[in-house]
Amino acid sequence: MTAGDDIYGSAEHLAFRETVRKFVQSELVPRAREFDHLGRIDKTVYPKMGALGLLGIRWDPQYGGQGLDYSYHAVFLEELALCDNAGVAMGISVQTDMATPALARFGSDALKRKYLTPAIRGEHVGAIAVTEPGAGSDVAAIKTRAVRKGDEWVINGSKMFITNAATADWLCLLAVTDPEAGYGGFSQIIVPTDRPGLTYQLLDKIGNKGSDTGLFFFEDVRVPLSNTIGDPHRGFQQQMNQFQDERMVPIVMAPVVSRQVWEATLKHSQERVVFGKPLAKMQVNQHKFVDMMIQITAAEEFARRCIRKVVRGEDATLDISMAKVFCTAVEQFVANTCVQLFGGAGYCWENPAARAFVDSRLVSIGGGADEVMKQVVAKILQV
Amino acid sequence: MKILVCVKRVPDPETVIKLTPEGASIVTDNVKWVINPFDEIAIEEALRIKEKAAGTEVVLLSIGQKTAQEQLRTGLAMGADRAILVLTDQVVEPLAVARVIEKLVGTEKPELILMGKQAIDDDSNCAGQMVAELLGWPQATFASKVVLGGDQKGAQVTREVDGGLETLAIPLPAVVTADLRLNEPRYASLPGIMKARKKELKEIPLAELGVDVAPRTRIVKLETPPKRTGGRKVGSVQELVQVLHDEAKVI
Ligand SMILES: Cc1cc2nc3c(=O)[nH]c(=O)nc-3n(C[C@H](O)[C@H](O)[C@H](O)COP(=O)(O)OP(=O)(O)OC[C@H]3O[C@@H](n4cnc5c(N)ncnc54)[C@H](O)[C@@H]3O)c2cc1C
Repeated sequence: MTAGDDIYGSAEHLAFRETVRKFVQSELVPRAREFDHLGRIDKTVYPKMGALGLLGIRWDPQYGGQGLDYSYHAVFLEELALCDNAGVAMGISVQTDMATPALARFGSDALKRKYLTPAIRGEHVGAIAVTEPGAGSDVAAIKTRAVRKGDEWVINGSKMFITNAATADWLCLLAVTDPEAGYGGFSQIIVPTDRPGLTYQLLDKIGNKGSDTGLFFFEDVRVPLSNTIGDPHRGFQQQMNQFQDERMVPIVMAPVVSRQVWEATLKHSQERVVFGKPLAKMQVNQHKFVDMMIQITAAEEFARRCIRKVVRGEDATLDISMAKVFCTAVEQFVANTCVQLFGGAGYCWENPAARAFVDSRLVSIGGGADEVMKQVVAKILQV
Repeated sequence: MKILVCVKRVPDPETVIKLTPEGASIVTDNVKWVINPFDEIAIEEALRIKEKAAGTEVVLLSIGQKTAQEQLRTGLAMGADRAILVLTDQVVEPLAVARVIEKLVGTEKPELILMGKQAIDDDSNCAGQMVAELLGWPQATFASKVVLGGDQKGAQVTREVDGGLETLAIPLPAVVTADLRLNEPRYASLPGIMKARKKELKEIPLAELGVDVAPRTRIVKLETPPKRTGGRKVGSVQELVQVLHDEAKVI
């Protein structure tokens, strides 16, 4: 048995990995730099993924999903991570792991038919709109307000750093609906992006260039009350639940990307001769490669531990919060070390270590920064 | 109608092939195995016919070790209906393959046999032709386009020949072998993979078929192509001519 076989070693998992690999390697990898220049993914990629059953692996077959457990989804994320464009991987995983889980778990039948089914088919792209100019880590401090008028919500406010800003067909919005009710005063609402009063502005990021991150402004944006996901008083709690899915993404992907960069760097170091000797043959560098592999192996195992718990349906909050900090730190350590090993080449965008260096900087900030994760862990451990 | 598609398990074309020390076979450890790419095209063609003509059944057939069920499952996941695996551990030569297929055609009674034009491992390029001969069926090899008649009694097959295309009209039942440009095979979708798990995969020991599969040939030796070496710069045309003459011995 090789590592991970207990969770995704079955014949079906292997066949599925092959399908995702073929798709990623033939449809995404050759266009990786094109998506950087576009600053977004070509939306025609989504229906192709939908046809292969990649966008609703865990969701109810009634809405077009596959009804499978997280182990299949982990295979999907691992292969997607190898698409050679962290922005593209993020954009797609926003659709599958950050904007749809709450809808799939808590949404009404009608709402799921209207928004989940097209998302699973790849006909719609979703985005998650939580962060605001005035509130990121402190989610409960958001100010965007949805007011009930007849059978509609009227929404005012703004959202910041929203992935898929230009490509999204709808947002999974977290808004204040009852300012007096504390944590019971938030709702998750689906907002189609073609609504009057909704505008966006793109941001110029240092990395994840293949994704479109932007700012949204809401001016009297109206949506039906029936667009509310689940319980209108439990939007905050539903979003906290959805964050667990979001945080699993870097946990699963970071070790995969780390290993990929490690391999590319080792190959270079074996070929690159400095002072009459391949770089990789110098003991100081051998130690670097070993140090990195120790960390990568540990991160892979930590990721699998989280995957196992999620597959078994256990509460994985403690592990997920710790693993997010650990796995992303490993990726940053590996990327940084590999840039050094590449030398000048590692400072150019075309170099995989260079891109990982910049892109991995995001993962200890987005979806719950390290400091926030550690606060969660401290609370659970009662330290 | 029923289409029989023949599938061979071969090393992935991307795999770096290593020879065994005695040099008459390849090292099979750490080799990734796939459906012979031309057979994959044959499966795809059968599925496209099925999508157009309701009631079509696509049956896969492979001859080989138990591990070939992996490739059959992939074909089932692409959309084939069921599969037959004729089990044997011995090397099966093209003529033996053709005889096994002939035998199974007797029980399966397909109207169309689709095969790859050749397997990329031994590149024999003769099993399809032999099947047609044994059955006394028409054959259209190296197909780049297959159009089935509306009455399903015949087909028009376009073949890639030197410097152009040739279109044949053949009555069914017939044997068609697929060339590279016939189509682009689909990937197995996730629903397809999950459905494949429940589809029938029948195993038949080769011995039960009573077919003469005794080998007629023996591989004496395999050799890998010479290792590619880096290029070399020469100083002048004079030197180039000299090197081509003295060292490369091409002029
Ligand atoms: C490329 C990109 C894509 C993104 N995509 C989305 C998206 O699609 N949807 C979405 O809603 N958001 C998205 N975000 C926003 C992201 O989730 C936030 O940036 C993140 O949650 C941090 O919030 P903030 O930027 O407001 O930082 P702040 O909350 O202002 O935090 C600033 C710093 O203070 C630290 N800090 C916070 N609290 C404490 C504390 N108690 N003790 C010590 N230190 C603390 C933080 O860790 C951080 O280092 C994205 C961000 C980026 C950069």
